[in-house]
Amino acid sequence: MTPSRFLLWSTGVLAILFLMAPVLAVLPLSFSAGSFLFYPLPGLSLRWYADFWSSDFWLPALWNSLRVGSVAALLAGSLGTLAAFGLWRAPFPGKTLIMAILLAPMVVPAIIVAVALLLAFGPLGLTNSFTGLVLGHAALGAPFVVVTVLAALQQFDAVQLRAAASCGASPARAFWRVCLPQIMPGVAAGAVFAFATSLDEVAVALFIAGPAQRTLPRQMFSGLNDSISLTIMAAAMVLVLISGLLLLAVTLLKRER
Amino acid sequence: MAAALVAPLLLFLLAVFVLPIGAFLTRAVQETDVAPVLPRTVAALSGWNGQGLPDDAAFAGLIADLKEARVRDQASGGGAIARAAARLNADWPGFRSLLPLTARRVVAAEGPARETLTGINEDWGTALPWLAIRRAGGPLTDFNLLAVLDLKRDAAGDIAAAAEDAAIFRGILWRTLWIGALATFICLAIGYPLAWLIATAPARAVPWLLAGVLLPFWTSLIVRTAAWMVLLQREGVVNATLAALNITDGPLPLLFNRGAVLLAMVHILLPFMVLPIYASLKALDWRLPRAAVSLGASPMRAFLRISLPLSLPGIGAGSLLVFIQALGFYVTPALLGGANDQMVPYFVAFYASRTVNWGMAAALSCLLLLAVALVVLLYGRLVGFGRVKTA
Amino acid sequence: MLRRGFGAVLALGMAVMAGNAVAQQRDLTVVSWGGAYQDVQREIFFRPFQQSTSSRLLEETWDGGVGVLRAKIQSGANNWDVVQVESEELLIGCEEGLFEKMDFSAIGGRDRFIPEAVSECGVGNILYSFILAFDRARTPNAPQSWADFFDTQRFPGKRGLRRGPKATLEIALLADGVPPGEVYKLLATNAGVDRAFRKLDQLKPSIIWWERGSQPAQLLASGELAMTVAYNGRITAANQTDNRNFGISWRNNLFTLDSWVVMKGTPNRAAALNFINFVTQPARQAEMPPRIPYGPTARGAQDGLPAAVQANLPTTPANAEGALQISDQFWLDNLDKLNQRFNNWVSR
Repeated sequence: MTPSRFLLWSTGVLAILFLMAPVLAVLPLSFSAGSFLFYPLPGLSLRWYADFWSSDFWLPALWNSLRVGSVAALLAGSLGTLAAFGLWRAPFPGKTLIMAILLAPMVVPAIIVAVALLLAFGPLGLTNSFTGLVLGHAALGAPFVVVTVLAALQQFDAVQLRAAASCGASPARAFWRVCLPQIMPGVAAGAVFAFATSLDEVAVALFIAGPAQRTLPRQMFSGLNDSISLTIMAAAMVLVLISGLLLLAVTLLKRER
Repeated sequence: MAAALVAPLLLFLLAVFVLPIGAFLTRAVQETDVAPVLPRTVAALSGWNGQGLPDDAAFAGLIADLKEARVRDQASGGGAIARAAARLNADWPGFRSLLPLTARRVVAAEGPARETLTGINEDWGTALPWLAIRRAGGPLTDFNLLAVLDLKRDAAGDIAAAAEDAAIFRGILWRTLWIGALATFICLAIGYPLAWLIATAPARAVPWLLAGVLLPFWTSLIVRTAAWMVLLQREGVVNATLAALNITDGPLPLLFNRGAVLLAMVHILLPFMVLPIYASLKALDWRLPRAAVSLGASPMRAFLRISLPLSLPGIGAGSLLVFIQALGFYVTPALLGGANDQMVPYFVAFYASRTVNWGMAAALSCLLLLAVALVVLLYGRLVGFGRVKTA
Repeated sequence: MLRRGFGAVLALGMAVMAGNAVAQQRDLTVVSWGGAYQDVQREIFFRPFQQSTSSRLLEETWDGGVGVLRAKIQSGANNWDVVQVESEELLIGCEEGLFEKMDFSAIGGRDRFIPEAVSECGVGNILYSFILAFDRARTPNAPQSWADFFDTQRFPGKRGLRRGPKATLEIALLADGVPPGEVYKLLATNAGVDRAFRKLDQLKPSIIWWERGSQPAQLLASGELAMTVAYNGRITAANQTDNRNFGISWRNNLFTLDSWVVMKGTPNRAAALNFINFVTQPARQAEMPPRIPYGPTARGAQDGLPAAVQANLPTTPANAEGALQISDQFWLDNLDKLNQRFNNWVSR
């Protein structure tokens, strides 16, 4: 190995260490038998997970997160897939502007979305409601679906649609039976992205959700503001496991493509 | 047909994204807080030339307006007087106390209007509060937009520098841009070699290296922020370890400062830099730099003249993603930073949830969105959008 | 086929909306200060209330500020029912119509309470003090006064202060040698406010601001702070439950009351009053001080408490001597103005 290669490897490995170490270093604390936030652990136990399980807050927050995330991902997934198909199908006037609007939720700071939705949803009775939170999260997740499905459509040969049409299939039927099965991994990956976006979202949940819709990240945010207990580390462990599953899902879906 | 397929999502986003944000941003220029509360006063002041004191109609109007507004407030919880006072106070300090206080005392007051008001507070005998009411009569204003640039309108109506203790927003904006730029630069400095390594590593090592980037990338932002809190606390992992190794005498103050914010931001944003650069390096034709070297160029020269320019789209995309997201960071600075490390988003949240000042929240949001839009447009000009690739 | 796809999305939307209609009838939501204090409330108030009424109660945590309550009501998105507020929030919110008028006939009558606890829109629930707290393990040389709090030469280390002008400005003047009786007279003048901020300027590099009542004990325990302003109960609670060795200087402490209020226009008004009635019964209030030493507001609630518990209460004569009652009237007239000045001062 040349010196420059060695330098490259050590820099890269250090960078990955920097990326991985912080989370890996603190997660084992959640198995502590004591209540301190440093090592060595006084002993191993599952008491913080028991606390997570039995508290009035954490488990309902986890369920809320999963529910909101699933419905938001479903909504963003269906709307986003249709839109991506439309964008891919044919050029039409104003496409650049429309693309800019569809992708805007990716770049607009979440806090602005949060305050805007608070003001818009308040008079409509959509704050403090499951619906409102789902709508907000679906909007934030939709661009990821559009981008992912557009990427999947790049691999799809449009000639197949014409072939289906010449065999007498309606355009809708052709999309449903010919195109959709082939781009399904992309659609699913997009939905997973949307789900992950919802699962990671704090600002909108902070502003428009009521106590009955508290999500897991929001509960963690208030917990960190209040007093850091090891239950938060147990919650972090749960979130990390879910994120790991999502990453696995996306990787498998990409491989299938 | 194609347009009809795009329509559902477009309409959905118009309804729950574009319109709400648009409506929110227009609050920056709407003057809604004073005229509805003090209609008679505003009407009476419109005929006043601003010299000396307004006529009796303004004094009587103010008393009638405040009596009515107080009754309405107590019935509805609308807090209209408080909001009017907050708005007026930003123009003329003293109104926060003066208006509610006058509203409280005026209920029992009788007798001539002018004497009643100056009896409650002698400030009503000066022109300044009346001028402020006249300026806030609405319906449109540039007040909030000027305020977030540390400017205001002076007594003559000209734009002037804001009072020293109110002039904080330029500093906050620079701080936001500076933290964002610094985070972007550090991410680039760490991320480029890492992306280069992944792009040139032996095939069997690539999945492992990629996993090392993707796993943190998928880990929740709040989890990573929490991890840094636990690491950097006084009685946290880092201090305990340093003490156990006898490196430090006492615990170091690692939390609630700019360094902690930057560290966590770089940690969270680094994958956004690595992945686009990796994508562009992977697509690079490696025969080109090799050919250059075989033709006698030094490896450094080959890198500077060939590989680096060819990976510029990735660098651009990564920097864009990192910088834009850094500008919008709220949760991480709120949890890890001190009072002097908060950025524009924190103040948007502050004005919206703690002081009900939608106008200032909206004006700051305009500023933030403008910054984001400029960066995106600049990127479009320099690099072009067609080449953005996400991993 | 595509139409069926739209149909599915539409049906999904309808299902979500229907779920929303159910969610509109929300459960009673009670808001308090979080941390150890709310843990105690959960144990002795919230859980027993849920059991006795077999209803669901949701909890929220906040860190005060009348602006938060205004934002709740004025955004049209209020989701709180019963809120524990500080004294000046009670007055301002009542004035602005943020709260329902308190119906004392539904909560055992005015005579159930000490006179300070009775007001138009709320009923007092605890008496407490802002005190100087420190960790004996780290600061064996005990600070005696607010002047010591500002003395970073003799007592090095960071200081915790509550983010906000209330209590902070009073403490700055007390530290500057102003006798308690003169504090509000001085603060009513611009010169007095300037003097307080000048005093705070000295300490500014050493200050860590906290917002939640649970934070001072946390920051003290983790060694982040050498000394802090804190609510008395949290400090004693940390000593009792977490085996901390925190000290308290009661000298010139600032005492005040917190109250329960019912948010304006709540659909849960009856349940809210029922809750307040439940938690202000003397016997139930008496369960608080042994766990966390805040003074009760129902008449007779304190009488049966053991001397060891009474020693930690702000109402005990030895602790109350030289104490300054936080002036609600002063803060009613000046809070907004000083808040703004304070916020600008802090963020520069």
